Amino acid sequence: MTTTFTNARLIDPETGAETRGSLTVRDGVIAGRDLAPEGEVIDCAGKCLAPGIVDIGVKIGEPGERHKESFRTAGAAAAAGGVTTMVTRPDTTPAIDTPETLQFVTRRARELTPVRIHTMAALTKGRAGHEMVEIGFLMDAGAVAFTDCDRVIADTKVFSRALTYARSLGALVIAHPQEPGLSNGAAVTSGKFATLRGLPAVSPMAERMGLERDLALVEMTGARYHADNLSAAVSLGPLERAKAAGLDVTAGINIHHLTLNELDVGDYRTFFKLKPPLRSEDDRLAMVEAVASGLIDIISSMHTPQDEETKRLPFEEAASGAVALETLLPAAMRLVHAGAVDLPTLWRALSTNPARRFGLPGGSLADGAPADLVLFDPDAPFVLNRFKLRSKSKNTPFDEARMEGKVLGTWVGGERVFGP
Amino acid sequence: MSFRHRHLLGIEPLHPTEITTILDLADRYADLNRSALKRANALEGLTQINMFFEASTRTQASFEIAGKRLGADVMNMAMQASSIKKGETLIDTAMTLNAMHPDLLVVRHPSSGAVNLLADKVNCAVLNAGDGRHEHPTQALLDALTIRREKGRLHRLTIAICGDIAHSRVARSNLILLGKMENRVRLVGPPTLMPSQIDQFGVEVFDDMRAGLEGADVVMMLRLQRERMDGGFIPSEREYYHRFGLDAEKLSYAKDDAIVMHPGPMNRGVEIDGTLADDINRSVIQEQVEMGVAVRMAAMDLLARNLRAARTDKGVMA
Repeated sequence: MTTTFTNARLIDPETGAETRGSLTVRDGVIAGRDLAPEGEVIDCAGKCLAPGIVDIGVKIGEPGERHKESFRTAGAAAAAGGVTTMVTRPDTTPAIDTPETLQFVTRRARELTPVRIHTMAALTKGRAGHEMVEIGFLMDAGAVAFTDCDRVIADTKVFSRALTYARSLGALVIAHPQEPGLSNGAAVTSGKFATLRGLPAVSPMAERMGLERDLALVEMTGARYHADNLSAAVSLGPLERAKAAGLDVTAGINIHHLTLNELDVGDYRTFFKLKPPLRSEDDRLAMVEAVASGLIDIISSMHTPQDEETKRLPFEEAASGAVALETLLPAAMRLVHAGAVDLPTLWRALSTNPARRFGLPGGSLADGAPADLVLFDPDAPFVLNRFKLRSKSKNTPFDEARMEGKVLGTWVGGERVFGP
Repeated sequence: MSFRHRHLLGIEPLHPTEITTILDLADRYADLNRSALKRANALEGLTQINMFFEASTRTQASFEIAGKRLGADVMNMAMQASSIKKGETLIDTAMTLNAMHPDLLVVRHPSSGAVNLLADKVNCAVLNAGDGRHEHPTQALLDALTIRREKGRLHRLTIAICGDIAHSRVARSNLILLGKMENRVRLVGPPTLMPSQIDQFGVEVFDDMRAGLEGADVVMMLRLQRERMDGGFIPSEREYYHRFGLDAEKLSYAKDDAIVMHPGPMNRGVEIDGTLADDINRSVIQEQVEMGVAVRMAAMDLLARNLRAARTDKGVMA
């Protein structure tokens, strides 16, 4: 099967170039640019054609919380959001910590989602931070990385052994750095706003402490490490030094910390309750700059579905997290429209870098790369209505927000999974 | 006279003229409360429900008396926090109550913002009787009224708020109110009991009590919760009393006519010397309690007027 995308604005994150032209897809892979049109011809009308988004921190409620999100609804949301590869989180109930649960999830995923899906496994059993999982067996079963997600492995000895063992297998370990004692019970970032609202708060310094500990362990063990969900400007110094020292370290951030700040919580709006909490505007700007400079490698949705019951509570008691598969692209376009990054740079963080770091296909417009593509209008304005989201849970902080950037079509392996 | 709010959730949304409006009306109710026939009809035919998710004797009694003196039908619901396991029951309870058509809902809750959440879901006027560490607006208003009556004004005074600022909704509401009325506010206490970036609120912060009280017109003491005394925030009760407990010696740094306030209940010998608390020449603690009833009458009266006006606009019988 052959498709030719004509009259496209091609966003190539690998070369950093934006060019006008056409792209031909044959048998699920990219065949070349500006060839004579053949097969189905899709006129892109000058809109952007880019590699599909590779989203590395997606929570799906299977097993355990299917009322919040299923593979079917997440898959539909991903396709509509221009996400062609989802890497799912293991913080399910129970945690994905054995090859058997991993296989269950993989089977469900393949049956029900139109986009590519890969699975991360927990690093310790039950994400309890005591015993490491069967890293080897889990890799054989297809685990692409290991993480206890927002639970920090507080026991440094346990974590250092897990890192050492992971290194011997070349496994990628992901952590959400945080000093667990200091951040315990916090609902917002400490500062004037937290004081005004009377909410328990944590200093962003807790993130730096967690990161510095992890980086020391990485230096000690030589493990492959990705610090995800960073949010604080004070974390950037240690990160830069670790990279300069040649450690095998990358870093990620979720879209909300790039587009929102602590004041958005306003009058105790729980859809803005995230973990780590939203930071100051100074932090946000520093993080945007770090994405532009490449110090932060990967932007993800950190898609975390929560039902109305767990969000309709007093702020301190409400659950953390936000859905973002469908809003990732328009939210990220805010950075482009603000002049902070250009499209190829943004797409490096959304697509190329995560694909490379996880060793996945995608993130490329080169000949022979899989035809995972998103066609979008970067300027199309709309007002988000959360009840129209395809996710089962509607907990987006962008409800009723004015956004720009609409996905017009999504293709996975050359097959259209979303669009007219 | 102006007061344009549907609810009283905090001091933060109030304009200084609205604060003055409440206090002026409260002054009149204070007179009424001292007369033989303590009866008015501002809340005649209205139903007031007091929902306390946190134990309270004084505040609840004060709201109850205030409502009854204005002719409301008052109902107390003791919602111990322990019986409310999940916040969804907070919403459910609110919806259930709402269906009974109350007019005034007085709510205290241990979580900051819980009263705001509840106010979103009901059709009546909601008064915040204290939510977590957030606000306790009627306490700040009664403190303001007491100060105004004692000092003859509520501006350009030096007011020291002392003790556990971090965990105190009373301190938050007070520093916001006193700041709005253009007073000089000082916060005095150990740094472990100060909230973060409190210096950005236009206040001066002291960890030396004598320096903090120097030249003060008003000394406002806060209650130190027992559970904060076990070494987590301060080393011990006796060290706290030594450094931050108010006694005659420390008070001597304040102005000679400085008044001493406390929102109660007091821990005698922890944050305040017992004799000093009972000294009628310095302590206005009893007057605070008295003004509490007057201020709550005024607040409920004003909210009820707005409620009736809104219902008339909608064509509903008021």
